[in-house]
Amino acid sequence: MLQTHQNPVYEYARSPDQDAATPVHHPLIVVGAGPVGMAAGLDAATQGIPAVILDDNNTVSVGSRAVCYAKRALEILDRLGCGQRMVDKGITWNLGKVFFRDDQVYSFNLLPESDHHRPAFINLQQYYLEEYMVNQIERSPQLDLRWKSRVIAVQDEDDRVRIRVETPEGEYSLTCDYLVVADGANSGIRKMMGLESSGQVFQDRFLIADVVMESDFPPERWFWFDPPFHKGGSTLLHRQADNVWRIDFQLGWDADPEEEKKPENVIPRLKAMLGEDTRFDLEWTSVYTFQCRRMDRFRHGRLFFVGDAAHQVSPFGARGANSGFQDTDNLLWKIKLVLEEQAPDSLLDSYDTERVPAADENILNSTRSTDFITPKSKVSHIFRDATLLLAEEYPFARSLVNSGRLSVPSVYRNSPLNTPDTEIFDSPMQPGTPSTDAPVNDDAWFLQQIANNRFNGLYFSQSAGSLNSDEQAILSNLASDSPVPLNLLVVDLDPAASCPAGVAPIRDSKGLLKQRFDGRPGTFYLFRPDQHVSARWRQLEPKKVAQALARATGRS
Amino acid sequence: MIETRKLNTQPALKRPDDFYNALVDMHRELNEEQSQLANAKLILLLANHIGDEEALEEALKIAAEGLG
Repeated sequence: MLQTHQNPVYEYARSPDQDAATPVHHPLIVVGAGPVGMAAGLDAATQGIPAVILDDNNTVSVGSRAVCYAKRALEILDRLGCGQRMVDKGITWNLGKVFFRDDQVYSFNLLPESDHHRPAFINLQQYYLEEYMVNQIERSPQLDLRWKSRVIAVQDEDDRVRIRVETPEGEYSLTCDYLVVADGANSGIRKMMGLESSGQVFQDRFLIADVVMESDFPPERWFWFDPPFHKGGSTLLHRQADNVWRIDFQLGWDADPEEEKKPENVIPRLKAMLGEDTRFDLEWTSVYTFQCRRMDRFRHGRLFFVGDAAHQVSPFGARGANSGFQDTDNLLWKIKLVLEEQAPDSLLDSYDTERVPAADENILNSTRSTDFITPKSKVSHIFRDATLLLAEEYPFARSLVNSGRLSVPSVYRNSPLNTPDTEIFDSPMQPGTPSTDAPVNDDAWFLQQIANNRFNGLYFSQSAGSLNSDEQAILSNLASDSPVPLNLLVVDLDPAASCPAGVAPIRDSKGLLKQRFDGRPGTFYLFRPDQHVSARWRQLEPKKVAQALARATGRS
Repeated sequence: MIETRKLNTQPALKRPDDFYNALVDMHRELNEEQSQLANAKLILLLANHIGDEEALEEALKIAAEGLG
């Protein structure tokens, strides 16, 4: 098979920790250098926490695997320093098309609103993402990524976690304050700890084929139900970087995975789909089944399970890796505050409170998509086909067609860290919501301005262009008295207007901050370090901001 | 019997015999499989027309009442 990509081999290197007389202590150890584990490590470093990342392998993902990265994941990767390379190399797409048998049923645009920095989705082979993350980790003096290092024992002691690591040169022990477990769907540590992940196994098999071809197919997501070239099944076509195309065939439960992935069986399927005359090369094939399941809790003492180790979904909807990034995005700022004794240990419980419902939301959505794509009973098959038959001409039915509800970030609606709204806002940016984006300043974006791993405040002043003396005093005190690092931004201050220390102006270059946040005069938004809205008011009252900060950091 | 709050279970069709006949008539030229598909399409069309989630939930409950 042709290879457009050569997997790098990362050398095992002996760590001085292996020669220490007693186990060396680290604040944070991450197990697993997949995308989510590396995101945890990079997030730690951006927060200023040194971290060790252990991986039992010595290369990146074999095969393209997770290919769809959603807007929110890209925004998180921006904060971690890898977003731009992803977007530069990846294939940007917003449009999806759905076909039933011979006909196009409808198309959808995932990002109907313009003026966001990042697109709805990019497609990129997982190995590129992992390489970019490894490169970024290698640049950080605070991170130590150790290859060929398998964790073989974990002990959660009262004040620390003790682990045993196996390397090509023998075993050694380490201790840490917190262990982030990112060792994947078959998490060895989960099993070691006697913990379960329970849910539903789907009785179906899917064939993935990555093919290399020069083609003028547009960069869109094409999904076929029961197409003429693959009767009775579904098929998905997606473009990746380097002219590699991902094609996914539903095979049914009785298919023999070893037989199906042989080129002599894959190629006829592809020819039926692409046409006899289309020239292509097969790059990678794989047959997969999937489960939708999660652990009861993701926090176990000083251990935090993230990504597939904590929860698994079907691939429809791209909710695997994308939700894993939201896990670490949620967790690391909390660990930072607790390590620095700016927040109590109980703040870390909110990782469960916020991410368990998020996992349920992802599982629910991906289960429903799976049920639509592969109906489990005759009657659900009939309803599925009835929906698709109606959808081509009758718009109402299009909203029922479910070829995957594509990943959108979870809103932590009921989080105890939120300060609930008490006033009316004509903006969906309610507490618990990840912030929207907007162009600001000169060629910059709002989310970049609040990607500083601190709490941020956004203020729309009483009178346009300036701050009165009360406002100046309040903002100045907020900045200096905050118990946790807090940055304050004031919208559209005149260049000559006075601006107190700790407060920075931000220019609403297209008026979209005001529009998207319903920023009437006096409005103040408080954002957490993960860019989720924590509270918002129509008037700036220091006491309320202090209370909201206390809530958001688990101090009340 | 299930009490309903939103779903009208009182007579609302002006010419009930005509509707009933049209409903059965719709299936006259259809085979078993086509009939099932037509029924499913009909349910989807009517559900969307009704739109009210509570009324639909009540209808779903009554439809399955005493069957399973």
